[in-house]
Amino acid sequence: MFLAQSSPFLKPGLSVSKMMLVVTIAMIPGILTATWVFGFGVLVNIFLAIVFALSFEALMLYLRRRPIKVYLKDKSALLTAVLIGVALPALAPWWLTLVGVFFAIVVAKHLYGGLGYNTFNPAMVAYAILLISFPAEMTTYWQTPAMLASQAGVINNPQDSFGLLATINFQLFAQLPSGVTLDALTSATPLSIVRTSVLSGSATIAEIETLGTAFGLLGGIGTEWVNLAFLAGGLFMLRKGLINWHIPISLLATLGFLSLLFGSFELDSNPSPLFHLFSGATMLGAFFIATDPVTAATTNKGRIIFGAGIGALIYIIRTWGGYPDAIAFAVLIMNMCVPLLDYYTQPVVYGHSEDNQDEQSKQDQP
Amino acid sequence: MSQPISQPANNTIKETIRRLWSFPGGIKLAGKKSSSNHQAITTIEISRQLEIPLTQHIGQEAELIVKVGDKVLKGQVLAYAEKDTISAPVHASSSGTIIAIEERLVPHPSGLKALCVVIETDGYDQWIECTPLIGEGKNTHQSIATVSSEQIRNQVANAGIVGLGGALFPSAAKLLTAEKKHTDTLIINAAECEPYITCDDVLMRSRPEEIVLGILLIKKIVGAKKCLIGIEDNKPEAYQALTKAISGYWKNSGTSRGAEAEAAIEVIQVPTRYPAGGEKQLIQVLTGKEVPSQKLPMDIGVICHNVSTAAAIYQAVYRGEPLISRIVTITGGAVKHPQNLEVPLGTPIRDVLNQAGWDQDKAEKIIMGGPMMGFSLPSIDIPVTKATNCILVSEKDELATPPPAMPCIRCARCADSCPMSLLPQQMYWYAKARDLEKIQDYNIFDCIECGCCSYVCPSNIPLVQYFRYAKTEIWDDERERNKANLARERHEFRQERLEKVKLAKAEAARLRKEKLAKKKAEDKKKTEQDADKPKASSNADLIQEAIARSKAKKAQQQSQKKNTDNLTEVQQKKIDEVNKRRRERGEKPHSE
Repeated sequence: MFLAQSSPFLKPGLSVSKMMLVVTIAMIPGILTATWVFGFGVLVNIFLAIVFALSFEALMLYLRRRPIKVYLKDKSALLTAVLIGVALPALAPWWLTLVGVFFAIVVAKHLYGGLGYNTFNPAMVAYAILLISFPAEMTTYWQTPAMLASQAGVINNPQDSFGLLATINFQLFAQLPSGVTLDALTSATPLSIVRTSVLSGSATIAEIETLGTAFGLLGGIGTEWVNLAFLAGGLFMLRKGLINWHIPISLLATLGFLSLLFGSFELDSNPSPLFHLFSGATMLGAFFIATDPVTAATTNKGRIIFGAGIGALIYIIRTWGGYPDAIAFAVLIMNMCVPLLDYYTQPVVYGHSEDNQDEQSKQDQP
Repeated sequence: MSQPISQPANNTIKETIRRLWSFPGGIKLAGKKSSSNHQAITTIEISRQLEIPLTQHIGQEAELIVKVGDKVLKGQVLAYAEKDTISAPVHASSSGTIIAIEERLVPHPSGLKALCVVIETDGYDQWIECTPLIGEGKNTHQSIATVSSEQIRNQVANAGIVGLGGALFPSAAKLLTAEKKHTDTLIINAAECEPYITCDDVLMRSRPEEIVLGILLIKKIVGAKKCLIGIEDNKPEAYQALTKAISGYWKNSGTSRGAEAEAAIEVIQVPTRYPAGGEKQLIQVLTGKEVPSQKLPMDIGVICHNVSTAAAIYQAVYRGEPLISRIVTITGGAVKHPQNLEVPLGTPIRDVLNQAGWDQDKAEKIIMGGPMMGFSLPSIDIPVTKATNCILVSEKDELATPPPAMPCIRCARCADSCPMSLLPQQMYWYAKARDLEKIQDYNIFDCIECGCCSYVCPSNIPLVQYFRYAKTEIWDDERERNKANLARERHEFRQERLEKVKLAKAEAARLRKEKLAKKKAEDKKKTEQDADKPKASSNADLIQEAIARSKAKKAQQQSQKKNTDNLTEVQQKKIDEVNKRRRERGEKPHSE
């Protein structure tokens, strides 16, 4: 007669689908800033990644005999796609995105059992595999930041003639407008400049600063604005209660602390903490990648260690590792530690703290 | 983990800032209380029929002392609690005739039937003679001092009072244990943290004096030095009413008690956060102490009683009235006039709803209790019992219809919201895998089933349902194990007994043999003395005798009928076939 059901009966406020959507929305300021800095390629990347990701997702759901519509609506594939799109170099050719999305959705996600069962962050698996397999494309296809390209001294700014259509033409068909070379369009990212010159000892920080191609006001030129925008999006998510503070704060604090510690020894060859915090994908990683619920630690203590581990690994890899882009490897390595962290950082259950004390005092007595 | 929160400074009586603690997790919920907490309590008309279940408490079923056809008065005992057992008597809620004593549907999540006394009411609502322990009006300290703890406790026991906050534990038994142990803090739970429910709220607003006297009685029995009344800060009117009643009591008692005694009862507002009214959570917020796992609040010197239990104790002691009615919140979108009704126990919920006015076509779910911990009723032809604090009749879209559960994304919102600091997500995996040992490692039995984890789960996983399932599975397993253990013990005992019998037999046989040998030796001596008879012939005789015996036995066996005798041809054929097959497989045929 009446609907029978088990308690609780109150309407829940949040669904997975809504969570994923709000996180994606929180990325919009960062995406727009990245587009302003690196050109339309960012948007093309994201668009291509979304198309590929949803197709792969639907295909895998079909093969795994899961309800396609229901699972596509959870928007997790959408979020993965946007993350990949933002992380790839702005002028990445279409097949790079395709390969990346394939590894993220098919291998890292569905072969591990689908949403909720994957050990590794799908977007970071994609990034790491692409970085190892196609190092040239992944490091050189970064369009020169807008503020650098329009600086005095560059008379014929090639980006003036490189609009949305030209960008699409290049990414899909590898065709450049006449008179424009790829070298003229792209330049090394601030992190790789620091990595290749300062940290290998061929130049000092001061020397690079005079060149004016790496350092902006806070961090890396151009990327500092992207980082600020992602920071804003991250704070929005914190305020909305979508993510906990533990992972991003411990990550940023550890990264900042380590760069301050080592930077104070050798000022000449170590960039400032601000440079580490506002270059590359630091903020994107701290707020949007490391906080992926599926692959992050789940206890508060575990989250702090997880974040701190990523922060430390970012510093280590950026400073002594083989690649300037450290986020992906740092996140993947810490993903592996999650089961261990979760197991050993369980909170003390109500009513169990005193039990332990009793037991301890009993043990002490004899 | 517990951080002090200063109390809101609207304490007009005393400007004390009391230190409060907090509990981890918990959730903010929309109260939904305003629709039903403004009207005074109204009494409901007596139903034509009352169904009074014999078990409305934790413990043993009450012993029936009436039979069909008996005429009963209001307040008359229908079933009594045996002495020294955990049980509570059940009384007639109105006068009338018992027309049936049978199994009827009772409020239970699984639609259980239980023994009920069905009374056809006569409409006179005639009371049996009540014997109050203390006359009403004499609400001074002296009058409480004149009665002994035991007297109060007996009065409470005879009135059939149980924990009205939902636990339904017989109050007298709880008071007795608290009296024996050292209890220094009495906590009165007036938090009422579930949305929609307002029965305690209106009770505090309308009968604060009765509550205060009830609390003093409890305090006297358990010997607590201080009493803390915990009330959520979304009920300022109830808070004011109680505070006023307490100061009024001290004024009227005529004794100069001193500030210290007056400070012995404190009304404290606690932040509104579900489940602040959970016993363990309220203790934590008010005292900062945690009740050790698998133990009782009494073990840390605290006893917790619900505010409406205190009111019931007042009625029993000052008016001599047993617990035969309770205040029930009737609310929800499909109820025309949400309100609180004083309902005689045993009144069918259908009658209660009809009186409150409801829109049967709009009604989607009928929930007994609150929306977080209550359960949906399969039918409304179920009586109101001592446990019924709220009947929530929801309309469409008011409450959640369970959407299909999605995969867990490990977001750990469940763990963040758990007031017991459990890890519901891990417990869920193990419950799903039916790994009952592992789930106990994650302390499933500390789960209070408050429903926070299910509520916050973005994947709509019915976590609490999984935990209830796991708990019952573990109990079942334990029962099975106990049964098996018992069977094993019995078997071992039997083996031992058989062994003993065998040994005894062997011993007896040995003795007999010895005797025989002795006798033989004696005989031998005799035969040796007259050595005429040859030995061999006696042996041959014995053999002959043995053969004759075995022949006789065989003949007897053959004369006994078997079910394989007198077989029809077809049957014999079948048996032969079977035997043939068996022989082919190298087995031994049966009937050979």
